[in-house]
Amino acid sequence: MSAFLPRTIKGLALMLGKVPVKPAPEEMSADARELLAFKKTPSERKRRKEAIAAEREHEEMSWKWRSRRWASIIVLNGIFILSYWLDLQLVEGALTASRVLGFHFADLNSSLQLMLAHKHVVLNLVIGVATVFLIYILFGGRSFCAWVCPYHLLSEIAEMLHLKLAEKRLVKDHELDRRLRVVMFVIFAALAFGTGYTLFEAISPVGILSRALTYGTLVALIWIALLLAIEIVWSRRFWCRYICPIGLTYGFAGVAAPVQIVYNADACFHEGKCRQVCLVPHVLDMTKMSYGTEVREPIGPDCTRCALCLDACPTGALTFEVAGVTRPYQRPARPRLDAPAERVGAETPPA
Amino acid sequence: MSDIPESAAPVRRPSKKIDEERRKLMRSVAVGAAMTCAALAGLLPQYVAKAAPRLRPPGALDEKEFLAACIKCGQCVQVCPVKAIHLADIQEGVGNGAPYIVARDQACDFSCDATQCVLACPTGALSHLIDKKEQVTMGVARLARPDACLARKGEGFKGSARGEAFRGLLRYAKVDRWKPRPVASQPYDLALCDLCVRECPIEGAIALEPVSTDPADRRRTPVVNKSCVGCGVCEMMCPAEPAAIVIDVSPGARAPKPRGAA
Repeated sequence: MSAFLPRTIKGLALMLGKVPVKPAPEEMSADARELLAFKKTPSERKRRKEAIAAEREHEEMSWKWRSRRWASIIVLNGIFILSYWLDLQLVEGALTASRVLGFHFADLNSSLQLMLAHKHVVLNLVIGVATVFLIYILFGGRSFCAWVCPYHLLSEIAEMLHLKLAEKRLVKDHELDRRLRVVMFVIFAALAFGTGYTLFEAISPVGILSRALTYGTLVALIWIALLLAIEIVWSRRFWCRYICPIGLTYGFAGVAAPVQIVYNADACFHEGKCRQVCLVPHVLDMTKMSYGTEVREPIGPDCTRCALCLDACPTGALTFEVAGVTRPYQRPARPRLDAPAERVGAETPPA
Repeated sequence: MSDIPESAAPVRRPSKKIDEERRKLMRSVAVGAAMTCAALAGLLPQYVAKAAPRLRPPGALDEKEFLAACIKCGQCVQVCPVKAIHLADIQEGVGNGAPYIVARDQACDFSCDATQCVLACPTGALSHLIDKKEQVTMGVARLARPDACLARKGEGFKGSARGEAFRGLLRYAKVDRWKPRPVASQPYDLALCDLCVRECPIEGAIALEPVSTDPADRRRTPVVNKSCVGCGVCEMMCPAEPAAIVIDVSPGARAPKPRGAA
């Protein structure tokens, strides 16, 4: 628990755009240092190399978590639409605000924009905000992005196209500075406060997509198509990575969420497959060899819990955990580095 | 690596990296500016195109406050029994997703016994200070085309108010208090057209008055009183094409809207 505060601060800094850096040895825990030294022994290097080579023979990314997540997005958004068209009255409204079986729900960022523009704390809204806030305090703020947001699904498909085209060298990913998202958050908040209009809401893909099929406001889909086109031909996951203030708002909400993806350096071969599929690869920086400060650490608040890394990881080094609920992890027995005889033994190939 | 001359390497490689960093920063600034402009473009329909103001649902705050307070969720749309409320699309800029009513197609007829949309509103953009239809201040009826008004011409009206194909609904309380019926299903036979007065849901909001002192003169003119709430039933029911009577939503014309959040 002592690592909690510095880890949270580090996670926040990463979310706000800090470029991850390699930790100095004294920043690493004793266990992490020992593990790193062990991983650098020639025998371990060799073993890892062989294991990776064996693994490459049947390489295929799992769709386990992706299909679960897509189902979640389609079902949750589908309920809004069906509930209206079939008059089921299960969920009324849109993702910006709704009643779920009569209970108020309100989107955190929409409510923030509204209160900044209106300059009133609207009491009715506070209940809805509190409910949603509680959910994401538990499940991790940005779980909203990966498990609920309809734009995320479209953007993932656009990303697949982008990667196909990039493989054929037809397009190239233009990275932007991640601090842009923080700047945009401030600009959108300032615009709402300054103009008295919720200007961001007019271009918010969440609101637009959530209303489109229920209320037939289809012209706004042109804006969505434009954003997706930018993501396909110019900059991978452009909106979610560099612009969307909703993601940042939910990121703050879930700073210390117990539902988290945990990285286990013991099991990791440092192949970097997780970082290749990740929407926010900076949160996985600790998976680089000698970048981790702990043997096991949860991934920071910018993580959307999309679990593509779980699908991509061939060694199971990344897992879902609920802090305080999941059983404590037992580290595997390993030859001790400070026992010379054993180390020599380990390095000598079996006769 | 080895094919780069050693003397050139220390000079060229860092500069290339700095170049890419600088380009990345410039790209980011450009994208940030573009997205800010996209958001600001939401003000264009109102301030540059001067779009005609929309008729908002009952209880709506003053237009600017309303747009700030509305969370664009459409819960008001879902509870309206006559489906009078629609959500605006992106061409309305900051009004994107905000509810409006086109009275000519489907007026708010208070079939819900008043202000279900207000109760549904999670933010008070439709002010919860209102709980009776008489308190509504959506706009005010105005005889925009007096020459087209049948009553002013002394003419009667026979048939469906808006033709057989019209799909609008109205609460015909004497026929069925609980279920609004299609206007097309209720034909009229009137010696003098008084549809705007006859179907007005607010008592005393509109009346027909003689146009002259001559008792033999059949002509009457609709006169709108202060109690008019601007629901738009008169506009929907007016058989003239386009309607002789319309709802004026300009702030000067109607009663003051409720203030602040509740």
